[in-house]
Amino acid sequence: MIWLAVLGAAFGCYLLKLGGLLVPARVLRQPTVQRVAEQLPVALLMALVAVGTLADGRSLVLDARVAGLAAAVVALFLRAPFLVVVVVAAGTTALVRLI
Amino acid sequence: MTRGARAALSGTGPNTGPVPVAASQDNPEPQRRLGSAARRVITRDALGVGLAVGTSGLTFGAAGAAAGLSVLQCCATSLLMFTGASQFALIGVLGSGGSAVAGAISAVALGTRNSFYGIRLASLLRLRGARRLVSAQIVIDETTAMATAQSGPESSRLAFFITGISLYVTWNLATLVGAVTAGAVGDPDSFGIDAAVPAAFLALVAPRLRGAQERRTALLAVLIGLAAVPVTPVGVPVLLSALAVAPVLFRRNGTGA
Repeated sequence: MIWLAVLGAAFGCYLLKLGGLLVPARVLRQPTVQRVAEQLPVALLMALVAVGTLADGRSLVLDARVAGLAAAVVALFLRAPFLVVVVVAAGTTALVRLI
Repeated sequence: MTRGARAALSGTGPNTGPVPVAASQDNPEPQRRLGSAARRVITRDALGVGLAVGTSGLTFGAAGAAAGLSVLQCCATSLLMFTGASQFALIGVLGSGGSAVAGAISAVALGTRNSFYGIRLASLLRLRGARRLVSAQIVIDETTAMATAQSGPESSRLAFFITGISLYVTWNLATLVGAVTAGAVGDPDSFGIDAAVPAAFLALVAPRLRGAQERRTALLAVLIGLAAVPVTPVGVPVLLSALAVAPVLFRRNGTGA
């Protein structure tokens, strides 16, 4: 099943990349299409943040991940690069689990 | 460092930072031969972006292994999908027990913006025939940022291909190293890897949260996603959160925040 997801999603992502190079520009210049394209990644990424931080299966929990995400927010405000943000979040969560 | 290199470095993995595609200033200068000094500057900046951004593949490899993917599956994802946010979405859903279909749909939905980059690049790079099939794989945030920051078609092509190839190689090597390393250590959660994945998403979305409309969408998406957790199968809440874009469908032109 994992292979199905990997190969299917990879194929879909490739078609989207190729499609942009091939379709007539006017199709994607529609204002509504543009707005949806700008907002869709925001919606999906924020849901992934919220669900990844607070969900455990089908229940909502507050655990050490919340501390890690709080640390990530601080790191982002300090303009830390991607790898630092991720390592700070993981490190904080690991630390909270130790104590 | 050039404007393009800075813009591309503000991203955080292959395809992770937004690139303004609406600004249209195709080929402001007429075609002219690039001097070897100009070529060197573009090459150096493009290699720098590729190497710097590509190392984030370590995170993807480690998180992928922690989500239950084999080393081969992690590497196949980076080789074949090669678009950071989609890759993290896939392992985020699979790692939390979501279905293959939900994971794949989330990944593909996040890949839609590459279509818009492709449109921008098509007029800039003027690729023909089979070259388009190969070039499509490296149509991502960073290559678009680098290509659109140049002053002519020849320098755009150079920046696009060097950024794309160096980032592709680095990202894939880093994925392999990350996956092998994470597989060799014990329980990934004791290292906080389960918090690393949402933190990665937060770092990816952060540059997009400056606009008022983006913030409204973000808040609505969080509410929908969390409300759906107890009542839908794992992986589905993220898909439902796409409904948060509905308000922009009902807006008339020119009022974008």
